[in-house]
Amino acid sequence: MTQLAFPDLTLALPEIFLAAAAMVLLMLGVFSRESAAARTVSYASILVLLFTIVMVGLVTDGRAVTFGGTFIVDTFAVYMKALVLLSAAAAILMSREYLETNKIFRFEFPVLVVLAALGMLMMISANDLIALYLGIELQSLSLYVIASFQRDSSRSAEAGLKYFVLGALASGLLLYGMSLVYGFSGSTGFDALAKLFHGDAEHGVPLGVTIGIVFIIAGLAFKVSAVPFHMWTPDVYEGAPTPVTALFAVAPKIAAMALFIRIMVGPFGDLSDQWQQVIIFISVASMLLGAFAAINQTNIKRLMAYSSIGNMGYALIGLAAAGHSGDAEISASGVEGMLVYLAIYMFMNIGTFACILLMRRQGRHVEDISALAGLGKSNPALALALGIFMFSMAGIPPLAGFLGKLYVFQAAIRAELFTLAIIGVLASVVAAFYYLRIVKIMYFDAPEEEFDGPVSFEMKSILVVSSIFILFFILLPVPLLDSAAAATASLFN
Amino acid sequence: MYLAAVFLPLIGAIIAGVLAFAKHGAEDRGPGLDRAAQWVTSGAMLLAAVAAIFALMDIVSGGNTQAVEIFTWIDSGSLEFSWELRSDTLSIVMVTMVTVVSSMIHVYSIGYMGHDPGIPRFMGYLSLFTFFMLMLVSANNLVQLFFGWEGVGLASYLLIGFWYDRPAANAAAIKAFVVNRVGDFGFALGIFATFMLFDSVSFDTIFGLAGEKAGATMQVFGGEFHALTVICLLLFVGAMGKSAQLGLHTWLPDAMEGPTPVSALIHAATMVTAGVFMVARLSPLFEQSEIALNVVVIVGASTAIFAATIGCVQNDIKRVIAYSTMSQLGYMFFALGVSAYSAGMFHLITHAFFKALLFLGAGSVIHAMSDEQDMRKMGGLYKLIPVTYVLMWIGSLALAGIWPFAGFFSKDIVLEAAFAANTGVGQYAFWLGIVAAFLTAFYSWRLLIMTFHGTSRADEVTLAHVHESPKVMLIPLAVLALGAIFAGFALFTFFVGEAAPEFWGNSLFVLESHKALEDAHHVPLWVKFAPLVVGLAGILLAYVMYMFAPDLPKALASGFARTYRFVLNKWYFDELYDILFVRPAFVLGRGFWKSGDGDLIDGVGPDGIAAAVRDIARRAGAVQSGYLYHYAFAMLLGIAGLVTWFLVVGG
Repeated sequence: MTQLAFPDLTLALPEIFLAAAAMVLLMLGVFSRESAAARTVSYASILVLLFTIVMVGLVTDGRAVTFGGTFIVDTFAVYMKALVLLSAAAAILMSREYLETNKIFRFEFPVLVVLAALGMLMMISANDLIALYLGIELQSLSLYVIASFQRDSSRSAEAGLKYFVLGALASGLLLYGMSLVYGFSGSTGFDALAKLFHGDAEHGVPLGVTIGIVFIIAGLAFKVSAVPFHMWTPDVYEGAPTPVTALFAVAPKIAAMALFIRIMVGPFGDLSDQWQQVIIFISVASMLLGAFAAINQTNIKRLMAYSSIGNMGYALIGLAAAGHSGDAEISASGVEGMLVYLAIYMFMNIGTFACILLMRRQGRHVEDISALAGLGKSNPALALALGIFMFSMAGIPPLAGFLGKLYVFQAAIRAELFTLAIIGVLASVVAAFYYLRIVKIMYFDAPEEEFDGPVSFEMKSILVVSSIFILFFILLPVPLLDSAAAATASLFN
Repeated sequence: MYLAAVFLPLIGAIIAGVLAFAKHGAEDRGPGLDRAAQWVTSGAMLLAAVAAIFALMDIVSGGNTQAVEIFTWIDSGSLEFSWELRSDTLSIVMVTMVTVVSSMIHVYSIGYMGHDPGIPRFMGYLSLFTFFMLMLVSANNLVQLFFGWEGVGLASYLLIGFWYDRPAANAAAIKAFVVNRVGDFGFALGIFATFMLFDSVSFDTIFGLAGEKAGATMQVFGGEFHALTVICLLLFVGAMGKSAQLGLHTWLPDAMEGPTPVSALIHAATMVTAGVFMVARLSPLFEQSEIALNVVVIVGASTAIFAATIGCVQNDIKRVIAYSTMSQLGYMFFALGVSAYSAGMFHLITHAFFKALLFLGAGSVIHAMSDEQDMRKMGGLYKLIPVTYVLMWIGSLALAGIWPFAGFFSKDIVLEAAFAANTGVGQYAFWLGIVAAFLTAFYSWRLLIMTFHGTSRADEVTLAHVHESPKVMLIPLAVLALGAIFAGFALFTFFVGEAAPEFWGNSLFVLESHKALEDAHHVPLWVKFAPLVVGLAGILLAYVMYMFAPDLPKALASGFARTYRFVLNKWYFDELYDILFVRPAFVLGRGFWKSGDGDLIDGVGPDGIAAAVRDIARRAGAVQSGYLYHYAFAMLLGIAGLVTWFLVVGG
């Protein structure tokens, strides 16, 4: 056994900072006055998360590994970490009002979000099956807890429990797949696996590896709530406190997608013939289910659950295109489309959940879609913002959501996945129905009672920023496209 | 000059259009905007008319000049042409006639439409129409001609339906549009065929090659046909539609639902002559096809007599003139058909003056009678509106072809040319023309007598309001009356007399062997006098029947009840078309709508898909039971399915 050199800690500095900060925040909460603790820790966590983004950005560009090759830092990781941290910060920012109204505004909430974010950063930087698993578990454990954060509500407890049990099952599947891959290849490191499978496309790989990959896909598909591993999503989304749902809809999805991309185009990149079909299947199934099952929903959080299932389907189109064997440029365009899609998805979802969090009547949060009736008259600004998000999700040009779909569809066309692209377009037609129905309810139905005011500054700023991004992305798409391209390039070197 | 004449009306139309929109928002400023629209459009038209007269002087003194190119329109493969204003005698003559008559009608409309709420819109439409008509007559290629052609169709639709709150006006507008579509379909096919044969649509190229292609044939529905005959017949279908010739004429009488200045402008002086102009313009093509020319003669002559018979029994003052217009258009066509293009054009110009005069005079009568159009409720008006009376006399004298009024010269030369053609169809045209001339004189005086003489049959209230029209209406009438009196006398030499060859230059083309016009000057004396004699006879008969023996018409009507009803019902053309085309179209449309669109497309398409989506959505939602073990089971099922798939298919 060779003597391992002491690992280069600088590469993992953001993660180390975040871990330390989480503990400091915990202490801060414990030793603050009880009345102010939650508020102080909330804002401190947001600052910590934002500062971590800066650190992430500073650490590197290019590609470097540490901890014996199990931890990787590249432009791709930077891009994904920035999205994750941003959405986690937004989720905390949005949570205050809701938690206060429901009398569960405690300082543990932001700390748990910070810990979950730490897990997600680990996932994104994982370069080894074990590291991957550690990241996922850290993230998941934090999320299980905050899903049932509203302890005295049976719905919230049920959501947490369901998520936990099914999550454990998914982890089991994932571990089983990993052990199969390890058993048939003798390695857990991504670089080693990539080297091992290189050129294996022609003469095939052991069946155990293939089955292992399918199990790993199943485990990850659970995290991104892709069909048929999506069943937990509507129940958990509906049962969990709304800010938690907002977090669920964005940050873990992005982290899991990052992992999905890294593992599929990395170690298993040369085995794309083995997994492309699976990805296509779950992509199609997710898009269709997301489109159809949402139609009959009356609860807006449930509707958003199906919407995110559908959206993950669209994002997976990019991954399917990335599975194009042979031309690396086409594979890259698939990943690039996915990265752009996820960034746009983040803004749309944060904005939409901000709107949902503002649906309050007489001090109580309402979740029925019909409660939006007449919002166009009673609160035109909020209706306009929600209208923009809905039109964008429906993929109406020139809003950002249209461009996001356009990029993944283009990638699919380049990869000659015509059927997939056509199903995608058709599914988005069906999905447009329920997005536009919300617009219709807001503007054409007889007004109901007004929502409680006033809208707080943090909500206003979230709504303004995300709607401006959605509206005007088309005018200046280059920065995002360029960073997505750079992130993709670091992955394919 | 030329450019100004063509584009001033467009500028006027745009300004009037803006004013119409402005008025929409601000009713209180209405009168001011109305005045502005009237002055701008009328002013622009008068300037255009002056410009056109100068352009005409130019052409007369300087001979034919080249076209004015504005810019390239289409350049695609071998299909290449520009927006161009052709400046030869034929175009300039038409431009002058259109601008002069139109400007008179603009001025007249200031008075006639003075109390209408939609003045800017009306003036804008009139100017727009004039612009399109000018584009039509100044076109230097078939497509630009077609542009103007469709443009006047649009403007005429808008103007006939100007009073859009009247169902009859809307119906008439739609009828005019649809019937014209039939003609335009033929015209469009004609243009396609021309392009196929000549690989060009610009006049210079086509005319240059027409002689070469005289023997060419083309495939139509599997048969081999003489190419130019096919082209000319198709184009003539278009001309028939626009000029309301027998078969495609049914829209013209109904179009009288529009305001009277519209009837004068569109349905007398300008638009309906577009077909005549088109045939004259394409004389180099028509000359190469004996069959097409004969068809033109037969259709023209038949229309002349057909419309004249109906004109004799109509009671609506405007409809009498409308049928008279049809009949006179028939004259023009058979003149063209016997290769006497200049004679046809001559009649077109004189007719424009006296028919516009008659229409506007009728408008003046209607104006005086508080919008009454039925001649049976008129009578004895000559003392009350003497100026209109005199003007109507002048118009009628010109129409009936009494020396020295304009119609005498042009109708004579037309009939003489038909006789001199010395062919079967020529004789057919000549004799029908003579009979039609007799009927023309008869119905003209029937109109005069029923309207102005005898005892009044109007009610007291209407009579109390009868007043002579204001000067703004009478002055244009006087100008047109001058035209109706002197145009024939003054223009004879240029159009068909000794100066004709020099005047027309190369804008009209006649084969050496077609000598009808030349021979027309040397026909027997009785032929020269026949139109005048029958005209006088017609007038005499009208006096006998409507002044001296007023019971005679009734006796005749009951004595020949069947014939009377046949003619009164316009030879049952409308009824025939209703059975042949309109009703089957409705049945077909209803079938497509109810079973085709409703049951099939909607049923399977939108409704069917929507129902299916609803169904799938219900099922997809139902899977979500809420039980944890269901969810876990679904996941295991999923992984088992994927693995199995791999083992069976992928592995």
